[in-house]
Amino acid sequence: MSPDSNRTFFLDGQEIPFREGQSVFDAAMSAGVFIPHLCHNPDYEPHSSCRLCTVIVNGRPFASCTQPAVAGQMVQSDTAELRAMRRTLTQMLFVEGNHYCPSCEKSGSCKLQATAYHLGLQDNHYPQFFPRREMDASHADIILDRDRCILCGLCVRISRDVDRKNVFAMTGRGIHTVIVVDSASGLLKDSRVTVEDEAVQHCPVGAILVKGKAFEVPIGERIYDKEPIAVASVRRFQAREALTHG
Amino acid sequence: MASKVKVATCSLAGCFGCHMSFLDIDERLLDLLELIEFDRSPINDIKTIEGIVDFGFVEGGLCNAENVHLLKHFREHCRVLVSVGECAITGGIPSMRNHHTLKECLYETYIRGVGVENAHIPDDAELPLLLDKVYPLHAVVRVDHYLPGCPPSADAFWHFLTELIAGRDPNLPLQLLRYD
Repeated sequence: MSPDSNRTFFLDGQEIPFREGQSVFDAAMSAGVFIPHLCHNPDYEPHSSCRLCTVIVNGRPFASCTQPAVAGQMVQSDTAELRAMRRTLTQMLFVEGNHYCPSCEKSGSCKLQATAYHLGLQDNHYPQFFPRREMDASHADIILDRDRCILCGLCVRISRDVDRKNVFAMTGRGIHTVIVVDSASGLLKDSRVTVEDEAVQHCPVGAILVKGKAFEVPIGERIYDKEPIAVASVRRFQAREALTHG
Repeated sequence: MASKVKVATCSLAGCFGCHMSFLDIDERLLDLLELIEFDRSPINDIKTIEGIVDFGFVEGGLCNAENVHLLKHFREHCRVLVSVGECAITGGIPSMRNHHTLKECLYETYIRGVGVENAHIPDDAELPLLLDKVYPLHAVVRVDHYLPGCPPSADAFWHFLTELIAGRDPNLPLQLLRYD
């Protein structure tokens, strides 16, 4: 028995191999099993805040994006209970913001929308909050539409850890949490943000967009118009793995 | 032969796009008419539902008192009520006015708006009162099923209706589930 053959765990009964240090999420995606997620982008460090990727490990719930894979552990992901929880979390994100899919430039490439399709959501169940949030269209090239923000914190993390600019941060608590911009006026135009920033490129929803680019890819030909998020995201993950680990 | 399923439809704060998309089922409408008959609907211009119908399809959200009145009429007279389209399900594009107070909206439209002459806010007794905000249907009545899309495609309508008539839960398959 080779040393590596001990490195497997069971996900919904399927044996999943993993490398030392891999998370449950990474090992599952490498093996072609999609786990819904919103705050995590596999190109960056996981954050485990949206809880959509929650799985049951040996009877207890954990965020799979930060849970280390351990040999022999029993993991459940595709269960009726977890599907219901993911539906509820996603519905709450929809009603807490103002998500107008029909008029949103991101429609078709939006991870929130594509995840809702994956989960089969036909309604939002809860009362709409209709919060009043400020839009920042001050910058010549970039727009920050807080209506569409799901507070995944990805822009905050990327701007801090990768762009090294700390342009974005969160302020407020609970339902009053909003994204703020690091500039004297609080506006994007007075900040150090540029269109080249990775933080600007990787918003999973339509909250941060580069102006003038919104309809470069027509509706109907966008990422999740062509294939469901479960397929697109596993394909992207595996391509990235092949580049990094051969 | 079993009696036909009775269907009523209406459009509230919507654009009639959902009704247009429904008519896009084209010749399948003939097959459908073997199974259903229309009660109150803009399609036949009947104004009120007499008795009880099987399915009520409501397009559009709620922006004024008349919308609420008609929705309640539908709820009382429909065995199964369906929210059709983005506006009915979430408030949709009309609910973008919820960013502003009703007063701001009226001032912008009738007082300060570009090209406004004889500026005054219309107050004719015939006009239904506007609600403070635009609401989705399930904020006011119990809704049994939701058919999303802006508008739902003709295929989505067809799938949904045939499932409903067959007595099944009308869940849309992934390829027919769209919010835009």
